[in-house]
Amino acid sequence: MVITGVCLLAFLVVLCFFLGYMERKVAAFMEIRLGPNRVGPKGSMQIVADTVKLLFKEGLTPDGADKFLFNLAPFIVVITSMLVVAPIAYARDFQLWDINIGVLYVSSISSMAVIGILMAGWSSSNKYSLIGAMRSGAQIVSYELSIGLSLISIVILSGSLQLSEIIESQANGWWIFKGHIPVIISFVIFIIASTAEINRAPFDLTEAEQELTGGFHTEYAGMKFAMFLLSEYINLFVVSAIAATIFLGGWMPFHIGGLDAFNHIMDYIPSSIWFFGKTFLIIFIIMWFRWTFPRLRIDQLLNLEWKYLLPISMVNILLVTAMAIMGWHF
Amino acid sequence: MTNEELKYSITELLPVATYDESGEFLNIIIPSDELIPLMKELRSKKEFDFDYLFCLTCIDWKDHLMMVYHLLSKVHKHCIVVKAKITDIQNPKIESVNCIWKTAELNEDEVYDLFGIRFLNHPNLRRLFLEEDWKGFPLRKNYVDENMIKL
Amino acid sequence: MLLGQDHITEEGEFVINMGPQHPATHGVLHLKIGLDGETIKKIEPHLGYIHRSIEKMCEQLSYRQFIFTTSRMDYLSAHINNQACVLAVEKALQVEATPRAKAIRVLMAELTRLASHQLWWACMGLDLGAVTPFFYAFREREAINTIIEETCGTRLTQNYMVPGGVMMDIHPNFQKRVKEVLKQIKEKAHEYDELLTGNVIFQQRLKGVGYLSKEDAVSYGCSGPTARASGVSCDVRKLFPYDGYEQLKFDEILNTEGDSWARYLVRLGEMKQSISIIEQLIDNIPEGDFQAKTKNVIKLPKGDFYQRVETARGELGVYIVSDGGATPYRCKFRSPNFSNLSAIPKMAEGAKIGDLVAIMATVDLVIPDIDR
Repeated sequence: MVITGVCLLAFLVVLCFFLGYMERKVAAFMEIRLGPNRVGPKGSMQIVADTVKLLFKEGLTPDGADKFLFNLAPFIVVITSMLVVAPIAYARDFQLWDINIGVLYVSSISSMAVIGILMAGWSSSNKYSLIGAMRSGAQIVSYELSIGLSLISIVILSGSLQLSEIIESQANGWWIFKGHIPVIISFVIFIIASTAEINRAPFDLTEAEQELTGGFHTEYAGMKFAMFLLSEYINLFVVSAIAATIFLGGWMPFHIGGLDAFNHIMDYIPSSIWFFGKTFLIIFIIMWFRWTFPRLRIDQLLNLEWKYLLPISMVNILLVTAMAIMGWHF
Repeated sequence: MTNEELKYSITELLPVATYDESGEFLNIIIPSDELIPLMKELRSKKEFDFDYLFCLTCIDWKDHLMMVYHLLSKVHKHCIVVKAKITDIQNPKIESVNCIWKTAELNEDEVYDLFGIRFLNHPNLRRLFLEEDWKGFPLRKNYVDENMIKL
Repeated sequence: MLLGQDHITEEGEFVINMGPQHPATHGVLHLKIGLDGETIKKIEPHLGYIHRSIEKMCEQLSYRQFIFTTSRMDYLSAHINNQACVLAVEKALQVEATPRAKAIRVLMAELTRLASHQLWWACMGLDLGAVTPFFYAFREREAINTIIEETCGTRLTQNYMVPGGVMMDIHPNFQKRVKEVLKQIKEKAHEYDELLTGNVIFQQRLKGVGYLSKEDAVSYGCSGPTARASGVSCDVRKLFPYDGYEQLKFDEILNTEGDSWARYLVRLGEMKQSISIIEQLIDNIPEGDFQAKTKNVIKLPKGDFYQRVETARGELGVYIVSDGGATPYRCKFRSPNFSNLSAIPKMAEGAKIGDLVAIMATVDLVIPDIDR
């Protein structure tokens, strides 16, 4: 168990390096420039160099800050995002913890990240951080609802909270294809709401560099700041993996119910490639958002949730329930 | 209105005004305590309608200070320059025109900062550029700063 | 200057200092903001962090030298600032620039305006959280700067204008390069619209935000695109033409909405007008001298001289008081940004912090021009 844990941590760190590199390259691609290209082959060691720099920087604690909470906050943020990684299935028969309330576990743990962010903003003794923390509270609590509702639509269809069973239920086709338009709506809402949940542009109001100079992590430096970055990338991976698992079948290859020959050909592609392919596709889409959209304003952000996404998800749940009861899905 | 007509109408309003027509604009030179009544007339009367104060500054002529107001009418497209003469250079003060043109607020702060003219009835008179405890007023001709390099 | 001492603080008000070090103030502007939650109650600008007392320096510089200090005011319209000073001196001396010099000046001024608006567009996106437009606008801006560098030798503070004309003739490649860049800008114009103008989030961030009425725009002394978006006709190039603008065909872009979106549209329209002006002139630069003869030591006659020009941000006025000597007795620069800044507290009343950033972005402040 300990060995698996250590392996998982190592995997997450490597993953974050890769995501950091990918983000820079995607940004460069969107912004008609080259991106990192000096350190290591094709600039791949740039992120390692940055980490080393952050490691050697002084971890400053401001004078007026609540020292205990200020130093605790980054750990809480990282721990909550790492906890969510546990029930993810990376490949066929490769799941660390197949808990029978997987979906519930994911959605409840991921909402704890707001505690860390609020703590960081509050204890910094900086007015910009405080505004950032308050924004984050309003934002994460609101978007939690939409995420929950869109996950529930699949729970209704598959009849299980367990991630492995949800994946199994997609053996004859992924839910996004089987579930008609309501599931597609759920999927889109999930992507939008989870982008907001993990505080990435266009919903990065808690950081909002141009408004709040860095938001809740304005006062953090060195490794403590790196913790926030780490948790941002783990979160990015987690929500993409969850979206891939719930809506796109996780490690399940692309199957079409009834076409056995086609399904067998698809099975030859390793299941881990299917999982990571789908996950990184969604990660790319979320990065694409980030580098093309301007940021919303706080009232527009809350309007979007309470006036549009939440009512739509509620009606959508009704449709999905009707579909499940009547057996209209494939 | 042409400069001649402006001159004629303003003489009716304020007989003490003197004129200088050597430059591009008609310059009206008035004593500082006549400023507000004249300005109010220039702003409100339909035939003047000077609604745009585009330049507000001061000149230090060593024996007196001269406030300079450049006015333009967006409707009639005529310009005028009002110069108010402040003779008391030890303790110069003049009425603020902030109640007529809002742009005057920051401009008068600037003049207060650099020339030391106090504006009466100004909503928030403060040193705009320099520190509160800065000694002297840099744009005055008698200002000396030993750190200043003569070019 | 710091918290808790000024009259802006009322009981229970949350005061934050935006700047002098802040990503959205584009320099060392310091706005003290009284907040109620995230809603702005009051703004008080504190200036002087980049005050160099250019007006005092000018009193010691000759009429050939003082022109160059103005490049450091609104550094994005350096050419146009220089032009204002040069025109003021010419007006006092009653000298006229040669036709070729006038055409070159207008071309350079419009290229500067184009480059300046491109930088504004780039920062506009950046301020609202979209990083990508920055690089797209800089692609064309760099090309324009390279053209200017070829002729003037510098990219930002050009110091190219002298009384009577320009310092040297244009580079032989100038016309060819300008045409290439104009072609490139026209081809890429749709990218600008796709990235920002058509974006729903972007439109929502700007529409109805930072409303400035026509009366307020006039009363606060606003000029340039800020005033024109409120329906105030104030283009100096139209009202008080200089350097041959009266012979060129272009429109004054007006909008009556008065919000940030209107200001955005006015600036986009102005970019198109600048392109049209450059196209009219680029093949019609008259032959002849690029400089009229002036004396080595310029002495202005006694009197006041006022010259205004239209910079990328509004009306710049140069007010020279001469006592007949070789240096100005008093020199005042009426800077457009100073007046536009004074309207910002009015525009941002009741807005959110995010709105304030959008308002500052559309007003396009350049801080060294405010402080001088």
